[in-house]
Amino acid sequence: MIGLGHFLVLGALLFCIGLYGALTKRNAVAVLMSIELMLNAVNINLVAFSRYLTPDYIAGQVFAVFTIIVAAAEVAVGLAIVIAIYRDRLSVELDDFDWLKW
Amino acid sequence: MSDAVFTVAFYVFSAVTVLAALGVVLKKNLVHSALLLILAFVGVAGIYVLLQADFIAAVQILVYAGAVAILVAFGVMLTKRGDIRESNLANRQKWPALFVVAGVFAVIYALLGQTNWGPLAAAGPEDSVGILATLMLTDFVVPFETAAILLTVAMLGAIVIAKEVKNSK
Repeated sequence: MIGLGHFLVLGALLFCIGLYGALTKRNAVAVLMSIELMLNAVNINLVAFSRYLTPDYIAGQVFAVFTIIVAAAEVAVGLAIVIAIYRDRLSVELDDFDWLKW
Repeated sequence: MSDAVFTVAFYVFSAVTVLAALGVVLKKNLVHSALLLILAFVGVAGIYVLLQADFIAAVQILVYAGAVAILVAFGVMLTKRGDIRESNLANRQKWPALFVVAGVFAVIYALLGQTNWGPLAAAGPEDSVGILATLMLTDFVVPFETAAILLTVAMLGAIVIAKEVKNSK
């Protein structure tokens, strides 16, 4: 019998995979992709909680919609910044983005 | 849906999602990562269907598997230099990151095991779209309108940042 715990473990797994990618990737676009995976994991948790704990008042699904909206805005602005930096530096390697170091 | 079908569907969608996500993180070719990302999003949409969140599943397919994945593919194509087969390598923090991630998962798993969630509902909402629409235009109307403004601002901001600035002075 699949219950709330199964969905939460799936969310935790997906979050950890995304976290690993966000910490280890050299390419800025790959880091953005990993962050999308983490946001998806959070959405699974929100929807699972709303399904199993408050099935009549599905605020969790509303939160998930807002997360998706913010994620879409984030990826659009993030890729725009990556493209702007690429035009300037001809690189998307995060190790090259060190202008603020002295 | 019978229990057996539900269980099989859950494990199939979970396996698709987790394996595709692992591929996104571990593949060395950035284009393969971007395509596997779409597969992971579709798997998550299947999970939403199992959780009786039909509307979220549809939005997941439209926004993530459609828009975000295409945006990422554009990002890959507009910024690539050098050999595409070696475009998605890991940095030096591989082992420390693995250590941190294993720790995070262990903590979450341990806390999940000892948490008492209280009574769990047997069935989800019958008509999630209707409830969702009512909630969005009553209790959550301010965040709803703010989200509309946020999307407009983010779209304009993305255009301004990505557009080449000419030195016209």
